[in-house]
Amino acid sequence: MKLEIKDLRVSYGGIRALKGVNLTVDEGSIVTLIGANGAGKSTTLRAISGLLKPDAGQITYNGESIAGFPAKEIVKRGVVMVPEGRRVFPDMTVRENLLIGAYLRSDRAGIDQDLKYVMELFPRLSERTWQLAGTLSGGEQQMLAVGRALMAKPKLLMMDEPSLGLAPLVVKDIFSIIRRVNQDGITVLLIEQNANASLRVADYGYVLETGSIVLEGQGRALLENHSIQEAYLGHRKSAIPASGKASSEETSGKHGRKYEVSMNSD
Amino acid sequence: MAKTAVQPINESRPGKVVSVTLTTILLAALALLLWWMQSAISDVYILKITRLCAINITLALAMNLINGFTGIFSLGHAGFMAVGAYTTALLTIPAKSKEMMFMIAPLIKPLDTLTLPFPVALAAGGLLSALFAYLIGMPCLRLRGDYLAIATLGFSEIIRVLIMNAQRLTNGAMGLRSIPANATMAWTYGVALITIAFMALLTSSSYGRALKAIREDEIAAESMGVSLFSHKMMSFMISAFFAGVGGGLLAAYNGTIGQDMFRVSMTYNILMIVVMGGMGSISGSVISAFVVTIGQEWLRFLDGPLTIGSIHTDGVVGLRMVVFAALLLIIIVFFRNGLFGTNEATWSGLWRSIGRMSGHKKRGEAA
Repeated sequence: MKLEIKDLRVSYGGIRALKGVNLTVDEGSIVTLIGANGAGKSTTLRAISGLLKPDAGQITYNGESIAGFPAKEIVKRGVVMVPEGRRVFPDMTVRENLLIGAYLRSDRAGIDQDLKYVMELFPRLSERTWQLAGTLSGGEQQMLAVGRALMAKPKLLMMDEPSLGLAPLVVKDIFSIIRRVNQDGITVLLIEQNANASLRVADYGYVLETGSIVLEGQGRALLENHSIQEAYLGHRKSAIPASGKASSEETSGKHGRKYEVSMNSD
Repeated sequence: MAKTAVQPINESRPGKVVSVTLTTILLAALALLLWWMQSAISDVYILKITRLCAINITLALAMNLINGFTGIFSLGHAGFMAVGAYTTALLTIPAKSKEMMFMIAPLIKPLDTLTLPFPVALAAGGLLSALFAYLIGMPCLRLRGDYLAIATLGFSEIIRVLIMNAQRLTNGAMGLRSIPANATMAWTYGVALITIAFMALLTSSSYGRALKAIREDEIAAESMGVSLFSHKMMSFMISAFFAGVGGGLLAAYNGTIGQDMFRVSMTYNILMIVVMGGMGSISGSVISAFVVTIGQEWLRFLDGPLTIGSIHTDGVVGLRMVVFAALLLIIIVFFRNGLFGTNEATWSGLWRSIGRMSGHKKRGEAA
């Protein structure tokens, strides 16, 4: 149950969005992909979930090549995405939203059981099953989006910026849910701009910059990396003495160069 | 607390038995009313309009499935109706009448001698219409929004022009006459009822839920495993099937048809019913079909000579439609989602609004 991506290339009408992305998501782990706007994070997820056709490269899940499969086939294999910006179905009830998540399933008993699981995970939703999703708050909508994806019984849950536009307290909730879901045996691939929070929960992290992975390492190690701190965590260059290697990398601005961070997570 | 939270899952909403009973009573009452009308009312005109209401229910629900529930703005309705109408007509007109009618060029074989029972002809019309929808949908359903609307509108016109020029099949511009008057009260209301039941079952099934999901957000629906194209195509074809059946009923209702009937204005007439009732509401379409059909007839006095105060006119043809358009505008401006929006009229909803009304009264009395 391992997701492996090799040299993934995607372009939008001639504009190359991904220029050869390599990443691996091990079973049972939380892996995060961080990067600035336009780095290609969402594109990577969309390519994995079958919403976009990659130009080249391999996407293998569980040993099977799933690149270019329609979204339906990928959901069937247990790779499910929580789309960016929540995208709940506003004029449908919370319950209907959740049931759409289970659209490809036919095991009624299993669906009922998973509904209970989602309701237990998000008690706020259980109080609002007959409410229209469009009338929920932003945080509740995000919970619904996660719950909807969980209804598809994912083995690998991919989340596209779940903290986007949410209050800090709600973000905290969302991240604790991510941990909980992971403890329940679901592998998580998390895309975030909120590098701080996502690297804290992640076992492993990748940094994407203009279509290529420029940095990868264990979550904690990346959190303490100087160039990451400067670029994504908001530390000032002057405040932290940057290592020569990192700053030269940054000023040279070459993409596609990759280097490992060899720091221990503890 | 967890227990109450889980309860709604099993869909054991209270009063389900009650609402089924009430619906059955309502239907029985309706059937009795129609039966009584047929024997007690001698005015053919009233009976005709009553039947037209039922045909419009079928047509509006067909359009509502694609435009309201699936959220695809298709304007090809008149074309599908034309296919259904011509098929039903050609399959039910007696051979002798066909021979007399096709004066310029004889009708192609084997249609010239073929006559089928009305229900078979209706179903054939619907199926052929669905086949046309499949062919038109192949290119059109890859488009979105306005482009899709324009493309379907174009194809609907193409169908009409084909009908006008296929002299040996459709009798061209002369149209078809002496279509047996099979659109009885039982047939029109029977078909309307079947359509209502089918749509209600479809939209409350998981398939219908997927269609609604496509309407709400295509990307989210696709990422949940709903394959967009095949669902859209299915919805488009079902819609065309019922439009074809409705068209067939209309042919039997009118007795004569011509390509002129199936211009874009026919699509707009049905669209008006759908929008007024609420895009995505079955009960809305049903009620609105009655309101619009009867309203259009009732407003006919506007076309005749009028005296308003000191102003006197000798009759302005089309004033009825002007007034009707104004009424529609008012509805769109003040009730943007039509009468029902995407909601349905339910017994519990009715109960609640009655309760609310009496509640207001009590509060008023207290004050």
